[in-house]
Amino acid sequence: MVIYYPYRAQGRSRDAPAVFPKSCFPLARAVVLLWCRAMTNGMSSHTFTGEKLVCIRGERVVFSGLGFHLAAGEALLLLGPNGSGKSSLLRLMAGLLKPASGRLAWGGDPVADDREAHAARVHYVGHHDAIKPVLSVFENLRFWARLHDPASGAGLARAARDRMGLARLADVPGKLLSAGQKRRLNLARLLAAPATLWLLDEPSVALDRQSVKVLEAVIAEHRAAGGMVALSTHADVDLPGARELHLDHFAVAPEAAMGVWG
Amino acid sequence: MNRLFEIIRRDLRLALRQGSDSVMVVTFFVLTVILFPFGIGPEANILERVSPGVLWVTALLASMLSLDRLFQADYEDGSLELLALTPTALEVLVIGKVAAHWLTTGLPLMVAAPVLAVLLHMNADGFLALLATMLIGTPILSLIGAMGAALVLGARRGGVLLSLLVLPLYIPVLIFGVGAIDAAIQGLETGAQLLLMGGILLAALPLAPLAAAAAVRQARE
Repeated sequence: MVIYYPYRAQGRSRDAPAVFPKSCFPLARAVVLLWCRAMTNGMSSHTFTGEKLVCIRGERVVFSGLGFHLAAGEALLLLGPNGSGKSSLLRLMAGLLKPASGRLAWGGDPVADDREAHAARVHYVGHHDAIKPVLSVFENLRFWARLHDPASGAGLARAARDRMGLARLADVPGKLLSAGQKRRLNLARLLAAPATLWLLDEPSVALDRQSVKVLEAVIAEHRAAGGMVALSTHADVDLPGARELHLDHFAVAPEAAMGVWG
Repeated sequence: MNRLFEIIRRDLRLALRQGSDSVMVVTFFVLTVILFPFGIGPEANILERVSPGVLWVTALLASMLSLDRLFQADYEDGSLELLALTPTALEVLVIGKVAAHWLTTGLPLMVAAPVLAVLLHMNADGFLALLATMLIGTPILSLIGAMGAALVLGARRGGVLLSLLVLPLYIPVLIFGVGAIDAAIQGLETGAQLLLMGGILLAALPLAPLAAAAAVRQARE
């Protein structure tokens, strides 16, 4: 996606042959500016940060004192052994879990203050693919796209479907899909309705090598357009220039946890 | 608002394609009511006397049959997480799911009830009251049921637990529903019972989605 900055182009467009009368310029500029702001809402300069996050699952402290920083165009790669809290951190970022303590902020504003605004800028891909067996591939995709953004068009959903290599499967019911095809359909949601922050929990599971390449390209384009990605993986997913976050560094030793509680 | 219609449309489409749930509910309703003449005997006056109660009790049980799938399917395939991450209040989505549930179970029950009333020799004076109480009562069943269905998410043997939770809450609907039909058959006013049922519906309309959404949030943690 290319973002046009009208103020940069302004000088040139004044010299260009006048298609519109000059008096139109202030109005046109205002319209274009408003449009740009709407399109890039939250994409341009915002940051997503976490400070001193503590996550408790059941009776166990999964991690504590965890902090991260994500700016526009950046990617965060979550690493760590099984059970180190990669999925929990992603669910925490999405707002599905509440941190036991600590703060999640979007551009300085606490995320907990406006859950709906946060949900509007997040796409979460978890372990389950949320595909209804009796709905066709395209119906599944279209439902999630329209639920995320009722204004999202069918064109975008069609493009997302084709990008993920599901064009031939558009009318196939969900129950006939293989695990990899289901995963591709789930990932197509990312493109069918735009959102700034992508939270991907082991997105490459079940994908063939070619699909992983497509995923990498899609993520790179999203970052180039000012999007952010947080991704957990055990496989090789190529994220150039991604920050790495080792979750085992934030694990709490049993004795220390006793100290916290004792 | 668009999202509300979107989810109703999806649930209706799912129900129509799978088909089994609605058909099962109505078939259960019809079969159980047909069992009563066999059990009680074919005397018209006895059947007529018990017909309002039989119809309402079986309608309660039938509408409960499909409740455990209301959120369970979405919970298992991960849809519920994504629904919770939709940029709108979860309560709105719960209302959408309840509306779809009513359209696929409550409405067919309402259509089937007068036919079965004829079978039980119900006095024709009671038909209008039967339809009116079903129209007001079945949405209440769906609303209260949604609360129970959300509470048992993730529990083992949730179906049994669900009926234990929900059936006691159905009692007021049963009392006023049967009361209104009895009154109509005896030629009395039915306004009071219908107004009371309307009151329950108006109370359940905002409260049940709030409770169900809270239970869904609890379940996804």
